[in-house]
Amino acid sequence: MSKNYYDAADLRKFGKITEWSEELGNKFFDYYGKVFEEGALTAREKSLIALAVAHTEQCPYCIDAYTKDGLQRGITKPEMMEAIHVGAAIKSGATLVHGVQMMNKVNKLDG
Amino acid sequence: MATKSLKARNNDIANTARQLEILSGGIFANGELPTFADKIKETNQFPLRPKKLEILQINLGYMCNQVCSHCHVDAGPDRKEIMTIETMNECLDVIKKTEAHTLDLTGGAPEMNPNFRWFVEEASKAGIKDFIVRSNLTIIRANKKYHDLPEFFKKHNVHVVSSMPHWTRGKTDKQRGNGVFDKSIKALQELNAVGYGMPNSDLKLDLVYNPSGAFLPGDQMALENDFKKALKADFDIDFHSLFAITNLPISRFLDYLIASENYEDYMYSLVEAYNPAAVENVMCTNTLSVSWDGNLYDCDFNQMLNLKVNSKVKHISEYNEALLQDRNIIISQHCYGCTAGAGSSCQGVVA
Repeated sequence: MSKNYYDAADLRKFGKITEWSEELGNKFFDYYGKVFEEGALTAREKSLIALAVAHTEQCPYCIDAYTKDGLQRGITKPEMMEAIHVGAAIKSGATLVHGVQMMNKVNKLDG
Repeated sequence: MATKSLKARNNDIANTARQLEILSGGIFANGELPTFADKIKETNQFPLRPKKLEILQINLGYMCNQVCSHCHVDAGPDRKEIMTIETMNECLDVIKKTEAHTLDLTGGAPEMNPNFRWFVEEASKAGIKDFIVRSNLTIIRANKKYHDLPEFFKKHNVHVVSSMPHWTRGKTDKQRGNGVFDKSIKALQELNAVGYGMPNSDLKLDLVYNPSGAFLPGDQMALENDFKKALKADFDIDFHSLFAITNLPISRFLDYLIASENYEDYMYSLVEAYNPAAVENVMCTNTLSVSWDGNLYDCDFNQMLNLKVNSKVKHISEYNEALLQDRNIIISQHCYGCTAGAGSSCQGVVA
């Protein structure tokens, strides 16, 4: 066993999850592939969404994968960073909007 | 960024035998990844054999006004290998009798060969259908004597194919040198001004995109759309097609991969993206490459690795098309670069 929780080389082995549950694994990869095809959104737009979500999910494999994917699509550094800020803004907004719940509670208990 | 070739710096990688040793060692020697030969055996495509010859690609010399960081030719101002007029004459004899419909002149900067214009004039008389010159664009702006190149190309109905790694200044200059982007833009505008690259124009102007780092090119069509949109909006530039080319792990790009510790991951990416359909149309099956000194190779990359054709005929002076076409193509692990994804060739994707 590796001494680290994450190993960059494990990303290459992602496909192996089908070995222990073939049907579900294949269905997942089919779905995954379909999601990223050109659709109502371009594949480029989807790549930027994936990059932002990779960061909010803090998944190192996804960050590696979608940074490289972005480079392959000619996505620029400022575009990548702006996408991450969108994710960060939603994350912090999601934290702060719960402040209203806190305020409601304070007002009810101590109003 | 470096301003000298690997050769002038006496870099280890300038030795082609050393490059081939790297490409056959490590992860390919210990069986972690299959060799290219083993891979194409899986689909019964070994040995790789030529089909009908369509393209004759002639390298007029390794001298160049640029020193691009990923150049597979290791070209630069310090390279003195230049095709002589005698070898050009031998090439012209072949151009007159070849079955190939496309003549593709490359370098270095082919325009820096002192007999370049004479050779183009003579070759254009041979009635080749598609006559390509691979121009790096900045050469047009490099010196007053090159300023009229757009008119010269037009006069001989040359098909201009030019490298342009990105539509932004930063990414272009990082790969090709400071100031290259602005000069390239100016050269493209000048080519447009004489009619090159305009919609419906017969004066063909195509661009070549290759990634600026250790990653594979994205979808050629999507990149072409992005390039067209940006170059039109920012600089009012028109061009016809974009060819997306994969960087092959040889020469300066191999040196970069090793120095940046990307070599193994890059080889994994190439092998994982292997596409047997691309093998079917890989460019060595329809192209012959001629070096500045008249030697014959399966492709430009084998030329840079000093792997001459596996045939009795090894030099342009002994040219015999039938004999040459009856040969096995020489392969190594760099060939994975041409078979990844939609494939890669000097004419862009192949599958």
